[in-house]
Amino acid sequence: MKEIKIVIKNLNLYYDKKQALKNITLDIPDKKVTAFIGPSGCGKSTFLRVLNRMNDLIEHVRIDGEVFVDDVNIYDKNIDVVNLRKNIGMVFQKSNLFPKTIYENIVYGPKINGIRDKKALDEIVEKTCMQSAIWDEVKDRMNENALSLSGGQQQRLCIARALAVEPEIILMDEPASALDPISTAKIEELIHDLKQRYTIVIVTHNMQQAARVSDMTAFFYLGELVEFDRTTKIFTNPSKKQTEDYISGRFG
Amino acid sequence: MKMIDKTTSEEEKEFYSKSSDSKYGKKIKKFTRTKESLIKFFFAVNGVMALVFIILIFIFLFKEGFKALEHVGLFDFLYTTRPAANGTSETVFQWYPTSEEPRYSLIPLILGTLLTAIPATIISTIFGVAAGVYLSEVANPKWKEILKPLIELFAGIPTVVIGFIMLVIGASFFNDLLHPDNRLNAFIASIGLSFVIIPVIASLTEDALHSIPNELRMASYGLGSTKWQTISRVILPAAFSGVSASIILGFGRAIGETMIVLMAAGNAANITSNLFLSVRTMTATIAAEMGEVSQGSDHYYSLFFIGIVLFTITFILNLIAEIIISKMRKKNTF
Amino acid sequence: MLELHKKKTDIAGLTAIWIIRIIFFFLVAALLLLIGKIVIQGIGSISVEFIFDDPKNNMTEGGIFPAIFGTIAVTLIMIIMTVPLGVCSAIYLNEYAKDSLLTRIIRTSINNLAGVPSIVFGLFGLGFFILFIGRGMDNVLETGLLFGQPALLWASATLAVLVLPIVIVSTLEALNSVPKSHRDASYGLGATKWQTIKNVVLPQARPGILTGTILAVSRGAGETAPILFLGAAFFLPNLPVSDLCIGDYCIPIINPAKQFMYLAYHIFILATQSSNPTKTLPIQYGSTLVLIVLTFMLNITAIIFRYRFRKKLGRL
Repeated sequence: MKEIKIVIKNLNLYYDKKQALKNITLDIPDKKVTAFIGPSGCGKSTFLRVLNRMNDLIEHVRIDGEVFVDDVNIYDKNIDVVNLRKNIGMVFQKSNLFPKTIYENIVYGPKINGIRDKKALDEIVEKTCMQSAIWDEVKDRMNENALSLSGGQQQRLCIARALAVEPEIILMDEPASALDPISTAKIEELIHDLKQRYTIVIVTHNMQQAARVSDMTAFFYLGELVEFDRTTKIFTNPSKKQTEDYISGRFG
Repeated sequence: MKMIDKTTSEEEKEFYSKSSDSKYGKKIKKFTRTKESLIKFFFAVNGVMALVFIILIFIFLFKEGFKALEHVGLFDFLYTTRPAANGTSETVFQWYPTSEEPRYSLIPLILGTLLTAIPATIISTIFGVAAGVYLSEVANPKWKEILKPLIELFAGIPTVVIGFIMLVIGASFFNDLLHPDNRLNAFIASIGLSFVIIPVIASLTEDALHSIPNELRMASYGLGSTKWQTISRVILPAAFSGVSASIILGFGRAIGETMIVLMAAGNAANITSNLFLSVRTMTATIAAEMGEVSQGSDHYYSLFFIGIVLFTITFILNLIAEIIISKMRKKNTF
Repeated sequence: MLELHKKKTDIAGLTAIWIIRIIFFFLVAALLLLIGKIVIQGIGSISVEFIFDDPKNNMTEGGIFPAIFGTIAVTLIMIIMTVPLGVCSAIYLNEYAKDSLLTRIIRTSINNLAGVPSIVFGLFGLGFFILFIGRGMDNVLETGLLFGQPALLWASATLAVLVLPIVIVSTLEALNSVPKSHRDASYGLGATKWQTIKNVVLPQARPGILTGTILAVSRGAGETAPILFLGAAFFLPNLPVSDLCIGDYCIPIINPAKQFMYLAYHIFILATQSSNPTKTLPIQYGSTLVLIVLTFMLNITAIIFRYRFRKKLGRL
């Protein structure tokens, strides 16, 4: 079983002339939860989007450095980006379900991959909804508008939708920041279950959440990676003073 | 058609109540209050006048038009029965108000309108929606700033110019190409109409697509879709109501257009489904004949009656489009 | 193990997007061809004489000055009639009126009025302005048949009603684009409603209102159907101008009771009913070119205005 899933080497990112990410080097372990923390605007979400090449969709972005997933450089010219994104799923800060039924939202991914058989699709729906702990709540409402669900349910449905394309890695950009405490707790529980099967990278501005949920934590500040270590060490005995200051709330 | 947020007059009430202490406060209050009321009254009068005009249009049209029903029976607007050559009677659908036995069937005119408007709408939908998709999803954002106004400029061309071009160039061009039975026909008119309607549909489609929030596109790409999959499976379906409304409005515009059909459709009130024969539309009939009728004649009232029919059709189409748009707003609360 | 393929080309998708590109550029090409043809054929006729001379020889020679003058005259009076009314109504609807069933009906009616065929407005102009008001005025003032017939005044009035929805809708949009927070700030400083409107809302909305006005003018100048039987004439020996005399002092002003020549109408008649199509063809092209230049200049001005306006608000 491989230990490291994603290797990032000397990654720099520029928005026009401004440098947003400075020389990031990082190894993300397989089947564990890695959290990115840091104050607002320090580049953690931008860095997250580097991992599935979502920054390609933004103009004026230039990337320098290497990102290897399973020893394959995903920024190589020959890589099929569309295919890449099927293998690396993303859950966004605010639920962005399509204005379609619950069922159609989930099967969107499989359908564009060519899966047409209704039975196969139904199985996918059931499986992913169960993995996302939302099956009981939606199994009788499959043909209802997805936007009629509550915020927390919508977010869990987004997770199910991402799982439906069978990624190996799931990137989550502050998935619970718009949710109430109970929904947040459910999402965190979900993450705990999912890491048995998937590599998870989560960006969060909520330090306690990072402490609860992750195995490894990376602290970013002003576009630089300040410290990256096991979560327990970061939160009890960080090596860098900056990390300690942030953790103890001296700035943020 | 946006939601207008109202500033309540609570601020005003508070303001006025606060200055009730000093003697000076009271004086200023009264003067300002009167001035404010007068100003408000002035604006209200304007608002009411605008409304009055709108109502007047309804009233006058319907008044003169319904008089037609007294002079010419309702059924006469559909068909006329007259003795045929061989002794029996026949039912004819003809619009021929100036003959000795005037005939007022609207059927050829309605068919003429449809025969020009429907092909025009079909062509315009294909080109217009494609253009809208291009502007919103495919075009380089820098180019879009020039191209969208270009399309709107297209929309600003006076219809008489389009009619002129079709008459002078279009007719000859298609004549050589297709050898139709009539040189000026419904087909030529449809092409001309398309010039006017494509920008309408394109512009409204682009607006509808543009208003779909970017998060939806991100979600689709994040799941590994291509651009075309995102456009065809996520964006267009999400904007379906807006696009449909634009098509309906385009159709309404095609029905109501006068100059192009007057100049290019041939102006013969035939009943036909052959695109290549001359036809006459409701609008062209009013335009062509209004100058020649004597006031108070049956013919005169009939033209007003056609006006009512036109008004009602376009009114209903606009209403449908508005309902679609407001329903869409309620359903997709982003 | 991650399966990352080499770049796969989505043929169907790429084809679809190329088809869309081609359709769009076909449209642009058609537009340019149309304009180009008119420019090429029309530019030959354009000269100082063409613009400023009267037509001669039964329209087969000479200039189109009266038509240009008539268009400007009609449009000018139309603006005077519609812009104040439209802008003030919009101000009332947006700033004063409470949201009620009545205001919603008004808004819907205005939107729908914008979609009514222009020829129907012509009927309205005939039935209401000429026959009702005009004849009424004649009866009351005992002026015989002065007002109850086609005239510049009624043509302008009809066009004014036609473009009224445009003015109202653009003004509403412009007023709406001023954020509520600005109004709140004004009230918070102790300003009255009118002070707020005059000093905060209107200055910001001015470009938008101007844009709407320009678009309305452009629309009015290009419409032919409504004025077909409201006073436009093919050939008039005189301009619709009379002298307004106060004592010995006379100044020529536009006489709204007269008939007029109108550029769009002129093109229409020349194209469909001229006595000698070959000879008048250059004049047709020339007139069309003039009309297009006129409307384009107006539209481009409006578009640039709106662009600058939106950019200033940071919203494009």
